[in-house]
Amino acid sequence: MSSAVESQVLNAFPLDLSQDRYAEVPYEEKARLFEEVKTDIRYHDVLYGCYECGICVAACPSARFYDFSPRVIAQACAREDVELVYTLMNDSIWDCSQCFSCDRCPRGNSPGGLITILREVAVRNGLQSARDALEGYGRIIYKIMSTGTQVSPDMLQPDAFPDWGTHVHEIAENLEVWRRALPPETLHTTDIGWDVDEKTMIELYLIWHMTGVMDMIKEVDEGLFMILQDVMEERLEDAGYDDVTFD
Amino acid sequence: MSYVPVEEIIKSQKTPGFKTTPEEAPTEDFHDILFQLEKEGELIVQRVPEPYLEVPTKYGRKKKIPLQKTWHHKSCGQCGHIPGYSTSIFWINRKLGFDYIDPRDQTSCTAWNYYASATSNAPAQAAVAIRNFSSAYETGYFPIIHCGTSFGHYKEVRHELLHHHELRRQVRDIMERLGKKLVLPEEIVHYSEWVYAIRDRIAEHQVIDMSNITATVHPACHYHKLVEEDAVYDPEIYGAQRTAIVTGTLKALGINVKDYSTWFDCCGFGFRHILVSRDFSRSFAVQRKIEVMKEEVNPDVTVTHDTGCVTTLDQSQFAARAHGRKVGIPVMSDSQIAALAMGAHPYKVLQLHWHNTDNKPFFEKLGIDWKKKWQEFEEAVEKIKSGEKEYLTWEDADA
Repeated sequence: MSSAVESQVLNAFPLDLSQDRYAEVPYEEKARLFEEVKTDIRYHDVLYGCYECGICVAACPSARFYDFSPRVIAQACAREDVELVYTLMNDSIWDCSQCFSCDRCPRGNSPGGLITILREVAVRNGLQSARDALEGYGRIIYKIMSTGTQVSPDMLQPDAFPDWGTHVHEIAENLEVWRRALPPETLHTTDIGWDVDEKTMIELYLIWHMTGVMDMIKEVDEGLFMILQDVMEERLEDAGYDDVTFD
Repeated sequence: MSYVPVEEIIKSQKTPGFKTTPEEAPTEDFHDILFQLEKEGELIVQRVPEPYLEVPTKYGRKKKIPLQKTWHHKSCGQCGHIPGYSTSIFWINRKLGFDYIDPRDQTSCTAWNYYASATSNAPAQAAVAIRNFSSAYETGYFPIIHCGTSFGHYKEVRHELLHHHELRRQVRDIMERLGKKLVLPEEIVHYSEWVYAIRDRIAEHQVIDMSNITATVHPACHYHKLVEEDAVYDPEIYGAQRTAIVTGTLKALGINVKDYSTWFDCCGFGFRHILVSRDFSRSFAVQRKIEVMKEEVNPDVTVTHDTGCVTTLDQSQFAARAHGRKVGIPVMSDSQIAALAMGAHPYKVLQLHWHNTDNKPFFEKLGIDWKKKWQEFEEAVEKIKSGEKEYLTWEDADA
């Protein structure tokens, strides 16, 4: 069973909050990861404690479809329950919709914001669960990192969106001419959301370089990292940035 | 102790016209810190250009909305998959004679990916935001944000930059390498706030009567749940208990806006879910939004103001229909509805062929001959195919 399929199947079962599942992972490693979460500059902006009122769960779309609870995540962090935080970091956080409906917390917490930090730490440390969650997502990361726009018109292909019906076929068949039938001049593109200046793209690549984002990609998908590295380093070199490499 | 029925207590708290004053606001006014940091030379504040309009926000403060001289921060999802959304925003500007820039020196906020995959970090996200703000500042035009997620995310970034000196230093260093400045706009403005602010002016240009239309509104989560205090709330709309944008615009156009019980719920977009776990997005959009609207209101259209919401609510209905679910509500943005009311072409401007759910009954109710309009669009497309024209121009769109 592929890990992606396994993740789907796991979602169909109740979340196992016992500490047996990750018993083989040393406590020190779990504590190190939680420390990384707590030292994020945003941590104290998103967690103030927990009344255990459940308002966040009532507002949460993911809680209606998965065995998922923003309250449990906020509580686990507030109580500094290292074992439970590790379990949630692996088996729960990727179910969050990141809609921030939970921000109506009367204590001022943002469980969604807390989950953002937990996800970042999971990615930065290359946790297998993060790799599984992002399996199949690589082409999207490629698009955003290399073009600066998240989705492009040519991604509207029937095999990618079979559940969106026959109109996706029609769009794919007419894509180029329909894009030219758009009055704004910036929108005549098919492989990028809009026409982005070359200089602007280079500035984006320099931002990725200076903030270590490519290191995070390397942790979760080395193949994707290598493709991005080739594309970006070539364009950077053409722009005169021979010294900028992602090694 | 006298007895007060709980219904009375709830009623008194929910009385229309509920107001808070800025003095009672539970959150700080970010402007105080913003201008203080400007005085200290930590950053540059780009002022809202005059003439501007003022609209009320959640805690009774005022927000300045620029009328024109706007720099349009486009949305990757809108431009990529539902391009009539942004085209309609530009068309309204042109129709009203407003000066604006559609920049190429703009990347997306990259927040869709960030909320989906977390393959980024706070300094990178802040640097992407400030690079865009700095680019707008260089032109002298004021940024106006098309995407609800970009809007909410940039407000989060603003909060982080205003409160964390180290982050400001990091971003300033990055901007220096790029030859740019650390610039924050005086207000972070969503396009739907601009549409709301000029709703009466739009109504003055209205040529299509929409008084027989019933609509529901879906508010975008990242518009009113992320950094909530400077989202627009108006005592005249839901007693200022819910955000006023979209609803206020539709009412100004004479549309009958009706309420439904899952108004607060998200659309189900989910960021990663819409791309790789769409079973969740489809189920939530249909079961918690579309079917509830259909059951309780049966609207002619549902109107929203964000990329992901239009996409999820619209596209999710196809598979649901195959399962015999109660769906079939066309989904549009407020910019598309406003442009349509002002006489924009349904296909050349609103570009509704990129949408999924059948909207023909909606047009028939408005008395718009959609067959004729589609034929006009196809004729324009034929001219492009034959090489007679390279592109459809703004003049062609209004021909």
